[in-house]
Amino acid sequence: MMRYLIPLFAFMVLAAFLLVGLTLNPRQVPSPLIDKPAPVFQLNHLHEPDKIMASGDNLGKVWLLNVWASWCVACRDEHPLLVQLANSGIVPIYGLNYKDERTTAMQWLKRYGDPYTISIVDSDGKVGINYGVYGVPETYIIDKKGIIRHKQIGPVTVDSLQKTIIPLIIELQKQA
Amino acid sequence: MFKIYNQYDLVASRQLKRIKTVVIFLFLIFIIPSVAWSKEAIPVAEDPEVEKRMLALTMDLRCLVCQNESIADSRAEFSNDIRREIREQIKANKNDQEIIQFLVDRYGDFVLYNPPIKPTTILLWFGPVALFIVGFGSLIIYLRRRRRQIEDVPLSEAQLKKAEALLNENKGKNL
Repeated sequence: MMRYLIPLFAFMVLAAFLLVGLTLNPRQVPSPLIDKPAPVFQLNHLHEPDKIMASGDNLGKVWLLNVWASWCVACRDEHPLLVQLANSGIVPIYGLNYKDERTTAMQWLKRYGDPYTISIVDSDGKVGINYGVYGVPETYIIDKKGIIRHKQIGPVTVDSLQKTIIPLIIELQKQA
Repeated sequence: MFKIYNQYDLVASRQLKRIKTVVIFLFLIFIIPSVAWSKEAIPVAEDPEVEKRMLALTMDLRCLVCQNESIADSRAEFSNDIRREIREQIKANKNDQEIIQFLVDRYGDFVLYNPPIKPTTILLWFGPVALFIVGFGSLIIYLRRRRRQIEDVPLSEAQLKKAEALLNENKGKNL
């Protein structure tokens, strides 16, 4: 009996591991920046290039940093949701225009709607590297103390908004 | 019989020839385009020393947007950016460890092809060795057991006599 049970058991263990492996997404690399202070930046505005926004300006409020680009196809998928979220007034969204052309970026926002409180420009992707950006779109939730609490890799979806992002924002807003 | 073998040989050699042409054909199919369409060499950055160090470093770094490709090998935009970042840091006199730490702080251990030994990576580092030991151990146990079963144990004096008696017993019965 054992002769047959041992291989069966070994097979089941292997199958279980492979099954778990199937559900994992190799493109989702957990960020080491979660619960760490958001990297500091000072970047020019997209619409008014001579104005500068510093990451420290947002201390004291919960905010989203959405990394996007006009060349990014998936950004178009999530964009209507961001516009809705911005209209709801739950949380201010700041857009980091990543490795893009200023004019095309502005056209893109005109065409698809502009959910961003302020859009800032990271034309060479340096700030992106500091935030560990590797696939656009990415969205960071940053709390009142300037600490990154969540990173959404890939487009925001209705599901991720309802299950993680909005509940987390509401909870963070309650904190002092 | 002889004839059949001969024919068989003929068919085989004809088949072999056909396989050879197919192999050569395939070889050409794969080689020619790679020669014809190879890109112009990308100009190396000014400083060959910096380039050498950058290459050595990026060899052991994973391109996060590729499927199992190092940053050194990859032409992805992501890898271009990381290479540029590393070049700049080398020029700013940072040592290799500082540069690696810079990337790990931002992208996690996953960027390293040689992840550090930590509780979460113990299985990764020693799992294969453990599997090998288990496999090799069970093979040895199995072989030992089998040898014991196969081995011819010489019959003892008493057993021989018993066998002879049994044989004699049946002799007259005309089996």
